[in-house]
Amino acid sequence: MVLRVRFESFKKEAGPTIRELKFIVKRIRKSPLSIVGIIIILTFVAIAILAPILAPPPEGWYDPYMIPRDGFSVTPRPPSPEHLFGTAEGQYDIYYGCIWGTRTAFRVGLIVVGCTVLMGIAIGSISGYYGGKIDEIFMRLTDVIYAFPGIVLVMVLVVILGPSLESVMMAIILVGWPTYARLVRGEVLRIKQEDFVEAAKAMGCSDFRVIVRHVLPNAIFPLLAVATLDMGSIVLTVAAFSFLGLGAPIGYADWGQMIALSRNWIIGTPANPYEYWYTFIIPGIFIFTFVLGWGLLGDAFRDILDPMLRRR
Amino acid sequence: MGLTTYVVRRLLLLIPTMIGVTLLIFALVQFFSPIERASLYIRDPRQARSLESIIEKYHLNDPPHIQYFYWLNEVLHGNLGWSKSVNMPVVQAIFEFLPATLELTIYAIPIILVVGVWLGKMAAVHKDTAVDHIIRAFAIIGWSLPTFWSAIILLAVFYGHLKLFPPERLSTEASLFVNSPNFIRYTRINTIDALLNGQPWIFFDALRHLVLPVLNLTIVIVAILMRVVRSSMLEALGKTYVLAARAKGLPEKEVINKHAMRNAMIPAVTLAGALVAGMLTGLVITETVFNIPGIGRWAVNAAIQLDIPAVLGFALFASLVYVITNLIVDILYAYIDPRIRLG
Repeated sequence: MVLRVRFESFKKEAGPTIRELKFIVKRIRKSPLSIVGIIIILTFVAIAILAPILAPPPEGWYDPYMIPRDGFSVTPRPPSPEHLFGTAEGQYDIYYGCIWGTRTAFRVGLIVVGCTVLMGIAIGSISGYYGGKIDEIFMRLTDVIYAFPGIVLVMVLVVILGPSLESVMMAIILVGWPTYARLVRGEVLRIKQEDFVEAAKAMGCSDFRVIVRHVLPNAIFPLLAVATLDMGSIVLTVAAFSFLGLGAPIGYADWGQMIALSRNWIIGTPANPYEYWYTFIIPGIFIFTFVLGWGLLGDAFRDILDPMLRRR
Repeated sequence: MGLTTYVVRRLLLLIPTMIGVTLLIFALVQFFSPIERASLYIRDPRQARSLESIIEKYHLNDPPHIQYFYWLNEVLHGNLGWSKSVNMPVVQAIFEFLPATLELTIYAIPIILVVGVWLGKMAAVHKDTAVDHIIRAFAIIGWSLPTFWSAIILLAVFYGHLKLFPPERLSTEASLFVNSPNFIRYTRINTIDALLNGQPWIFFDALRHLVLPVLNLTIVIVAILMRVVRSSMLEALGKTYVLAARAKGLPEKEVINKHAMRNAMIPAVTLAGALVAGMLTGLVITETVFNIPGIGRWAVNAAIQLDIPAVLGFALFASLVYVITNLIVDILYAYIDPRIRLG
């Protein structure tokens, strides 16, 4: 009985949130493109989870994220039963790298998006809710960060932190939070005018409770579309840095790094101009589909959540 | 508020922004010790002995807020340090590598604008038809395409296989001629110099080398631009003034191009900032893959070799370009749409 009452009150309290979620699910089921996106993402989730079974690292291997090598010859070898996708320069197994690279992509995407969203929510809600000096300081800081084309500031930070995958991730977080902070701030500014916030304050709720329980649940939906699109575009940016030699080290299971390994093998032999196609086409397809999946889903979210387009 | 007042106010706003930018760069440099920072000014290993005098000269041991003004003074006098990766002062390096980048952008930007706006318009006008679906599919594919991957594929097909469009800026014989005394390099932008020197074959040679990098830059950015144009065009087409124009009996072409398009372009103009940022990312990667000695490739090589003054100089320069572009866009925006400056 007590449980039931709790559930009823939860339903009442979370009513709008649940209704919103139901609405989103309903709309997604109607859009074929977002279904394709979800299928792509789920496939990658399966690959990431099953990585140790799909591509078991050699017995006693020191780090599953380092691609095992089969010899040290420079020339890539084409796909064979032994190496399904062939080997890259330095005999790194491309199949192994692509499979474990999926885990790297999810790790990079989830950590970076998670941290930027959390920072954005924290700073945006404090800024919007309290206003005044705190708001002024944070907003001027976002102005300065916005005065740089994003990638340039990331590059500076990577150089200062020392090139590595972790530095690239850290740099993207430090440069990326203002987008979310501004979104949340705008929403919070709008919501804090509402009567229910007034009511919560009148009942004596602490500021923290008002923000977390009453303001934020209504403010985070617009973040959904941006965060979903970012899952793809951040993996793309990190791959670009790895490709340029500023991210993952050589031999690491990272799609961008694997394409960097193919840079000397773009042009084949006169007899067969596409002789080494597998060194760049296969890892490229992995990046492309991963980003495409998140892009399709993010697009659907954006159409659903955009007040100008929704419910038409 | 008149347009002049608006422009003046917007110009004045540039000052605090640039102060913020320099403060941030300066703050980042503070992660290094004075000795490391002194080494940023070193041109020759033999100077290492006189590190103390460099620290003295550039006031690197002073408290940060005083140091900032000394540093800013150096920056304003064009002393951004020494780029060890190319062995020249950073400012000189920027001027050295800028022409190749400029050449790419002066061809890419008009193509991006024309194609992006046209595709966006077509998709909106033919909403929910095959045309719209194809254009939207292109947009999402372009958005998901890694720039470095598309560059590699373009190279493999059009250079490796078809031998049509080679990488770099010029072929060997053209490059020899361009660097000979018979050829005056007015702007160091090859296609323009070739025309000024009356050498059409150099012009076509340079153009051939530009096709792939420009195409690669265009694909991704067109995808971003056309999406925005499409949605703002859709919004405009739903407005009552479009209905009124149609009711008046105006030809559909005129309704679309004069009534809807003009209004639809206003939101699209605000995208210019994002386009410049996307352009820079594209340039860094495209120049690296196609081996074009532009500012982006210089910055990447500097970053790999931990040539910190070069990277910082590049960042300052890029943010200056970025901020000024945004300023021009804002002014254009106010010019097109009087509501902005009156508001």
